[in-house]
Amino acid sequence: MKASVLFCALVAAAAMTAAGAVQPAAPAPLPRLLSETGLFEADSGTVRADVIAFAPQYPLWSDGTRKQRWIHLPPGRAIDTSQPDAWQFPVGTRLWKEFSFGRRIETRFIERLADGSWRFASYAWNDDGTDAVLVPEDGAVVAAADAPGGRYSVPSRNDCLACHEGPAVPVLGFSALQLSPDRDPLAPHADPARRDYADLRSLVAQGRLVNLPPQLLATPPRIRARTPTERAALGYLHANCGHCHNAAGALDGLQLALAQYADSGNDSVEQTLRSLLGHSSRFRPQGAASAQRVARDGSGHMLTLRMKTANPLARMPPLGVQVVDTEGVALVERWIAGDLQRPYDLQLSRGDLR
Amino acid sequence: MKRIPIEYAVLAIAVAATVAVVAPARAQTPSKTTYSTAEKIARGKYIVTTSGCNDCHTPWVMGPKGPEPVMSRMLSGHPESAVLPPAPAAQEPWVMTASATNTAWAGPWGVSFTANLTPDAETGLGKWTQRNFNETIRTGRHMGRGRPILPPMPILMYKNFTDADMEAIFTYLQSIPAVKNRVPEPLPPVTPVAAK
Repeated sequence: MKASVLFCALVAAAAMTAAGAVQPAAPAPLPRLLSETGLFEADSGTVRADVIAFAPQYPLWSDGTRKQRWIHLPPGRAIDTSQPDAWQFPVGTRLWKEFSFGRRIETRFIERLADGSWRFASYAWNDDGTDAVLVPEDGAVVAAADAPGGRYSVPSRNDCLACHEGPAVPVLGFSALQLSPDRDPLAPHADPARRDYADLRSLVAQGRLVNLPPQLLATPPRIRARTPTERAALGYLHANCGHCHNAAGALDGLQLALAQYADSGNDSVEQTLRSLLGHSSRFRPQGAASAQRVARDGSGHMLTLRMKTANPLARMPPLGVQVVDTEGVALVERWIAGDLQRPYDLQLSRGDLR
Repeated sequence: MKRIPIEYAVLAIAVAATVAVVAPARAQTPSKTTYSTAEKIARGKYIVTTSGCNDCHTPWVMGPKGPEPVMSRMLSGHPESAVLPPAPAAQEPWVMTASATNTAWAGPWGVSFTANLTPDAETGLGKWTQRNFNETIRTGRHMGRGRPILPPMPILMYKNFTDADMEAIFTYLQSIPAVKNRVPEPLPPVTPVAAK
């Protein structure tokens, strides 16, 4: 057959594809049981050997729940890390996060589908702890003796998206900064480093990360702060607030940038400080004529007021938290009082950074 | 009779197949999918004025014929100058109270104040994007991520607006006069609803 005939056939195939005649197969429905999502060995509660455990250096506060996290990459596939703060995960990537309040209570599940989109689900554990059942899209409230008020809220699908669709990539705790071997010893609620937890070096060695800029292995990512307290506070705000409050997501109009980046030197630190110090707050307490996110004169700071208020309509984060994180609040208040209340020059020099 | 080259025959089959696939899909698509800004504003105004938005987001005063909206403050929400005393305690089956302006509502959820929907940059929707607006209405959360949108906002019904209608509404809201009016934050519930 002549080349021109082949060309015509290709044109036709391309046209039919463009018209929607050839589409990726629709994904199978979400499994009804967690045990069917690929986390465990068949007929066993044992986590599969090819599933990778990890722990971010700056964890999200979730009312004091104990959490475990895992990722599974398709065999032979790797994460393209050429953009250090926007990793490209292969189709078929799956992640799980298990929450325990005395007993296992919920496991959240994220999966990258064939068309490149992500889907989110939650599974609620049965009382016997033998398996977990898919929670409806609207979420659920389940009994949990050790949870605040004896009730635990499993998020809705929209609530999943509220946080996970905020940054460039919807995977939040598995990133260059979060998996840096240079872990922050002052990070609140962090799991200690473990040999069986993955980090940047082990993942590169296993071939699960490719195209990582060499300098991030030679000098692992670290928040370029001036003091250890500042480093931990910025890491805490990154993990608990930065997925919504960043400079590139849906809420960029608020001009509140609390995300830190592995590949930005100290630019993200400066950006955070500029968006906080003396910056007017849209939120105003009742009767207040004005308010600042972090007040230069030491008067009320909306940043910490909203972290510790008992008013659920004003508290930040607005999702997934019922109990104020006193340790996190204390860290941020210590940072504001110690590092931000002295005369401050935002032209940070690298000599100031530790 | 002249023979048709095989290349043309294959091309003709390919085109026919493409047309067969595309044509039915087009037949189901509305003939017009893009609208001018003027058309969006007109459509948005129609929806806003027929879906009750002014009922709560434009403050009322008592006129000679009864309560009427103050259109000079159109869609600017609860007036910041209208400082209210605590709401009376609710007693079932009467569990909701509205202010005389119809812009503040007390109930089991606390006290809600209707938002400033005008395009004022600091106190209204001036810095919002279409995405912020859509996500607010679709999720029932402020900007799609924050606190819940409180009663009596009919989120459960409004979330069913089509994307085109949402765009029309937001385009219209961005076109109306900006009114500087900082609406108070909602108040949490302080008094449990008394059982009958």
